[in-house]
Amino acid sequence: MPKKIKRNYLINLIGLILLFLVFYVVFESGIFGSRTNYFMGIATTACYTIIMVTSLNLLVGILGEFSLGHAGFMSVGAYASAILTNTLADSGMPRLLLFILALLIGGIAAAITGVLVGIPTLKLRGDYLAIVTVAFAEIIRVAFTNFEITGGGRTMSGITKLSNFYWVYWVMVVCVAFMYMFIRSRFGRTVKAIREDYIAAAASGVNVTFYKVLVFTISAFFAGVAGAVYAHYITAMIPTTFNFNYSAEFLTEVIIGGTGSMTGSVIGAAFLSILPEMMRSFATYRYLGYAVVLVLIMIFRPKGVFGGWEFSLTGIFENRKKGKAGKGDE
Amino acid sequence: MGAENRNVPVLRASHLGITFGGLKAVDDFNMEIGQSELVGLIGPNGAGKTTVFNLLTGVYQPTEGAYYLNGEKMNGKKTYQVVEAGIARTFQNIRLFKKLTVLENVKVAMNKDMKYSLPAAIFRLGAYWKEENETDERAMELLKIVHLEDKADYVAENLPYGQQRRLEIARALATGMKLLLLDEPAAGMNPVETAELLEIINNIRSGFGISVLLIEHDMSLVMKICERIQVIDYGETIACGSPEEIANNQRVIEAYLGKDDD
Amino acid sequence: MSIFIQSLINGLNQGAIYALIALGYTMVYGILRMINFAHGDFIMVGAYTLFYTVPMMVNHGMPAWLAVFVAIVVCVIVGVLVERIAYKPVRNSGSISALITALAMSLFLENLAMVLFGGNPKTISKIFDLPMIELLGAKIQVKYLLTLGIGLVIMVALTLFVRMTKIGKAMRAVPQDREAATIVGINVDRIITVTFAIGSALAAVAALMYCSTYPRATTDMGTMMGIKAFIAAVLGGIGIIPGAMLGGILIGLIEIFVKVYLAPGWYEAITYAILIVVLLIKPSGILGKNVSEKV
Repeated sequence: MPKKIKRNYLINLIGLILLFLVFYVVFESGIFGSRTNYFMGIATTACYTIIMVTSLNLLVGILGEFSLGHAGFMSVGAYASAILTNTLADSGMPRLLLFILALLIGGIAAAITGVLVGIPTLKLRGDYLAIVTVAFAEIIRVAFTNFEITGGGRTMSGITKLSNFYWVYWVMVVCVAFMYMFIRSRFGRTVKAIREDYIAAAASGVNVTFYKVLVFTISAFFAGVAGAVYAHYITAMIPTTFNFNYSAEFLTEVIIGGTGSMTGSVIGAAFLSILPEMMRSFATYRYLGYAVVLVLIMIFRPKGVFGGWEFSLTGIFENRKKGKAGKGDE
Repeated sequence: MGAENRNVPVLRASHLGITFGGLKAVDDFNMEIGQSELVGLIGPNGAGKTTVFNLLTGVYQPTEGAYYLNGEKMNGKKTYQVVEAGIARTFQNIRLFKKLTVLENVKVAMNKDMKYSLPAAIFRLGAYWKEENETDERAMELLKIVHLEDKADYVAENLPYGQQRRLEIARALATGMKLLLLDEPAAGMNPVETAELLEIINNIRSGFGISVLLIEHDMSLVMKICERIQVIDYGETIACGSPEEIANNQRVIEAYLGKDDD
Repeated sequence: MSIFIQSLINGLNQGAIYALIALGYTMVYGILRMINFAHGDFIMVGAYTLFYTVPMMVNHGMPAWLAVFVAIVVCVIVGVLVERIAYKPVRNSGSISALITALAMSLFLENLAMVLFGGNPKTISKIFDLPMIELLGAKIQVKYLLTLGIGLVIMVALTLFVRMTKIGKAMRAVPQDREAATIVGINVDRIITVTFAIGSALAAVAALMYCSTYPRATTDMGTMMGIKAFIAAVLGGIGIIPGAMLGGILIGLIEIFVKVYLAPGWYEAITYAILIVVLLIKPSGILGKNVSEKV
């Protein structure tokens, strides 16, 4: 590993630890008093939303296909992990281990669904693919409404509360870091090439089919992890939560943040998870305002607030070369 | 130049043909290209030249006949498999990965030879660094060949037209092919750029020992560099031979004069 | 047998409603290559208009169904405003921007309705006072046949309109080459507005038929109906008028028959599964033409 990059990793890690400590001190000091739990809840919501939005950005920004069924992958992760922890609830397994296991199972279950959804991408693109993702998400929702093990249409409750903010923060960090590393590797590069011109990609020896399904699988995996976090935070859930509107919400957050920008996804998701809470007193009008803002962004900043820009902690200390893309690794 | 090994052709197409909705776009196309040979494929607009390229790269599957690379039958292979086997191409209307950098464009074509795994990428293991660095170096060498080494960090779409064409050639080279198909590489270039392109094509042939099949509209260019020329019109081969033979061929002259091409 | 016939008629009724909505989707998609997610919400607008105007009509001694004309006017105004204010500015900024804008307008209309009418469902008074007839032992609502009839008439009328009239021909020219259409003197903006107006008017008619079957208006009624109707349009071959009709009727029939004969809880899933299978076999829909990209 080149020295400079090693140093950059270290700086970023220190930055993340400092941010964590800020949260830790704020929440532990009790300055919010009785509302501490409420704020921790919002922060947790922000974390799994960030995972959802960044994972969707893999599809939208990197592969260039938009999915309107991402909540479907999330629900697969949520239910699969919840079933697992319900089964293992009395096994006396350490909570952290159980939590990690739940995340993995949630991710893997969703990834398998991702392969299934990815297969139509071989033949379909654009709006047609988007509508197929809606169809898949709806099929998943109907299935969970009918299966007895997922509550049979009623609320599935009594899921062990494993997601606490301090864990979830690091889950988020790891997930985002993994996706970032994926994008900046031969895999991400190849997927971007498919986005730019799939015919030229094939003519450059790229197995377009394989990489498309791969991105769907990976994107679904992380959505499944987010679903597992959700299930073990909310502890009672119903399939209708994971409906079209929820999927559409994730997609709008990707677009507002900026397609292809991980930074945009992170900040966009965090901001949009917190915003509705802050606007609670204007409950009736908040979505009206949200819709107006959305239209305005599309008219005046169609590339999203952050475009394709990436925040870099180390970049702040260095002057970057202008006129060039300025993208060495990390 | 290296035309000594003609008895084992790099490319052999025999009776290749394709029909679109009853219309024969290419019919009974035969061709042999030897080691390091540079063959020109010319013909009036709409003669089916690009269709031949699409047939030879798995974009279309031939409805008749077969084609072989070093004796291996290529029918039924998908485009990426054809590339893996050793045929690479450029496009008439440039198809670059516009938002990627020049270096990345070349590296995409090297992906098929890269081995590091997904975990190696995500955890940034040694294999990742080693292979990415090696690929960077190789890609830079290829960029040197097309005189783009100082543009490596530019976003592809920001390059001027002539440089974009050269980048496409570098990207095709990066696949490590045995046969290079160039679809009107000099289209839209000025004489200086064309001369530079000629030099690059010659360097590629001598440096890599690969064979080249060239579609070109610019007759003077074709006459200058091709050892052999095949002329097609309405999907059929109407003449085949050395530049001098073609220049004096009556059918060729008719095919060209009968149209209002350039 | 009587259950079969009853299901058939119910399915056709349901299908005709989907078809009317699908026609609106297909026309807008045909001209703009854009999924107008707010289209389903135009139905909601129509339904709330009916909620207020049907009693007015009855009070003035007029037939209740005349309220549909008020609904048409309201829906056309809303549809054209949405197009002019929100869609026109993003028309050239790519399909994702258009999609998000459409989602935003859908959200806007639903929440505007929430603010204006509140969250409680509204019950719409009776619109048609038509008898039941008996056919081969099955009880059949005459209004269902009416819905089907209206659907067919509108489809034929639209097909003729697009084929024969000047505006209709311009509608077909615009999606093929917007610039060329401008050059030959077609006012593209006007054509797009007309398309939205027609689509919205159809949504109002669909609202009437829907409310005569299910007399309830809710703020989110448009979302699922809109998605199903869009799926119907895709299934039949989007951009093709008979395709929308065919897709709508098919989805209606599939839903009702799966509900009655197969698995009531699974009817939506089966509809979607059929869509996926059809698209995999024929990506451009049942009546669509396959086009591949030129290399």
